[in-house]
Amino acid sequence: MGELIRCTDVCKDYVRGAERVGVLRNVDLSVQDGTFTALMGPSGSGKTTLLNLIGGLDSPTSGEIEVDGLRLDSVNARALSAWRARSVGFVFQFYNLLPVLNAQRNVELPLLLTGLSRSERRKNAGLALEIVGLADRGKHKPGELSGGQQQRVAIARALVSDPCLLVCDEPTGDLDRSTADEILELLQTLHRELGKTIVMVTHDPRAADRAQHTLHMDKGRLVSNIEGLGTEVA
Amino acid sequence: MKLSSLLWANLLRKPTRTSLTFVSLAIAFLLFMLLRAISDAFSGGVSMEGMDRIVIDSRYSLTDNLPLSYVERIRALDEVDQVTNVSWFGGYYREPRNAFATYPVDPESYFDIFREQGISADTLARFRSVRVSAVASEALAAHYGWQPGDTIPIVQDIFPQEGGSWTWQFELAGTFQYAGGELLLIHYDYFNEAVVGWGKDQVGWLVGRVADPKEVDAAIRTIDGMFENSPDPTRSTTEDEYRRQFASQLGDIGAISGMILMAVFFTILLLTGNTAAQGFAERVPELAAMKTLGFPDGSVAALVLAEALALCLGGATAGIAIAWLLEPGLEANLGGMIGSFDLSGWSALQALGLATLLGLLIGAYPAVSARRLTIVDALRER
Ligand SMILES: Nc1ncnc2c1ncn2[C@@H]1O[C@H](COP(=O)(O)OP(=O)(O)OP(=O)(O)O)[C@@H](O)[C@H]1O
Ligand SMILES: [Mg+2]
Repeated sequence: MGELIRCTDVCKDYVRGAERVGVLRNVDLSVQDGTFTALMGPSGSGKTTLLNLIGGLDSPTSGEIEVDGLRLDSVNARALSAWRARSVGFVFQFYNLLPVLNAQRNVELPLLLTGLSRSERRKNAGLALEIVGLADRGKHKPGELSGGQQQRVAIARALVSDPCLLVCDEPTGDLDRSTADEILELLQTLHRELGKTIVMVTHDPRAADRAQHTLHMDKGRLVSNIEGLGTEVA
Repeated sequence: MKLSSLLWANLLRKPTRTSLTFVSLAIAFLLFMLLRAISDAFSGGVSMEGMDRIVIDSRYSLTDNLPLSYVERIRALDEVDQVTNVSWFGGYYREPRNAFATYPVDPESYFDIFREQGISADTLARFRSVRVSAVASEALAAHYGWQPGDTIPIVQDIFPQEGGSWTWQFELAGTFQYAGGELLLIHYDYFNEAVVGWGKDQVGWLVGRVADPKEVDAAIRTIDGMFENSPDPTRSTTEDEYRRQFASQLGDIGAISGMILMAVFFTILLLTGNTAAQGFAERVPELAAMKTLGFPDGSVAALVLAEALALCLGGATAGIAIAWLLEPGLEANLGGMIGSFDLSGWSALQALGLATLLGLLIGAYPAVSARRLTIVDALRER
């Protein structure tokens, strides 16, 4: 297992009026391939900001970010979106599904960016739905599914193009206890059986328990790592 | 699935909103097609036929009559080869909605002037010999299924007959060719004798053929000069000019329809543009999600623009199709009055061009906003 994610001296500033706010300060981080990492910390500490940088949704103000061999901080927006399509799956708190498409089509959507044929796209989407346990709900639109089911569809969508990395921002934040447990179970399975590297932001210590490692953030810095097996804070 | 299915799914997201927009676009483009056809009819297809023809009318108004005696006086001029008189009769067949143009004419000279309106020798002979006869344009006879020999009652409300009857009976002598749609011709002499009071010994307008087409202007000056100081001065024009004047007296149809269309499309632009802008705001999270999945900025913008274009082009196509379906009916009802009612392929092309422009204008704001949308900001706005 090699290193999948490496952040070196990463800073992210936001300009608010005349003020410059440092949201991430000199973050150094290394995540090994095939690990499940939880990221915790108080609200506003910069968890989402760091996750977005790792997922290639945003660029750092300074520092280096290398994921799966690509220097995300030095490629242009087009290359970054092509990279996202190939290499990362996203799971958000509010699912972010397209309400006009049924589950099957939502899952198929990322495959439009690949060279797969129509029937391969359909097959892969069906397979991803099967993995999350929703093979029978392909025809349902998001509005016709429960929150937990919608999150499963979102996970299937994140999986379908077989990325090495899954980034999840409070994936259970909008779900009740037992539904949250099911989703966490699913993420664990993806990690264990499909070997996905998962970085998950959560406020819930019980959710963090499912991960192999937990990183803590405070005021824009990584403060410690518990059971720092595969993950190191330099 | 293809990206185009996402486009359709998005259009059907709010079926009521989309249908209302679609219907208003269809109506606007229907209006566009009809008004274009009407203003085309008024500006008259310029034809070589009738280049040597002049129309002699009252100087004051196209609706004023001229004395019957002018016919012989103009016919006597060297510059004029032939002249015929035409009047307005109006009226309808049985029911008011069966209205068409009926002209009392001089059967001896009418078809000598209007040579493009072909009539068989037999029919013309019968028309000339029977005073109560009439000839119908082929379109008119076909519309009501009239056969030669039928008695045709024409009700009208301008000229009562002696004895007070408002219904005039004519016997159909036959048909003639007429490109302008529905037209019925009756004997001026019969009409003039039967009519009481206003309109007696008067004609609506005269149409003459000049001896030398190159001397049309000289002929016009001679004729108008002759009646300059009479109680009924004339105004002569070439026939094309006459059609245009007729149109301008009706209020410049072209300009009016242009203004109507501008108002209609401006309103549509504002309303639909506003709807599209609102629709965009609702979709920010979805568009951000697409970008997250790796769809490039340009593709997301193109999707939004394509939706606006599809809606506008769809509405335009529906409007054009409805116009085409209505054409035969409108031609039958309006054709006689305004010359000819024809939808042109050119207008349809212009409508599609206009729809494209409208789609681009309406889609521009959402498309540019979609392009600029940054994922991180959009995700934070939830
Ligand atoms: N686009 C932005 N403009 C200005 N400030 C921002 C922007 N994005 C984030 N911030 C600020 O950066 C800080 C960290 O935000 P971030 O969303 O990363 O926190 P978080 O740890 O995910 O918090 P939460 O647990 O509430 O989700 C916050 O103070 C936030 O207000
Ligand atoms: Mg957050």
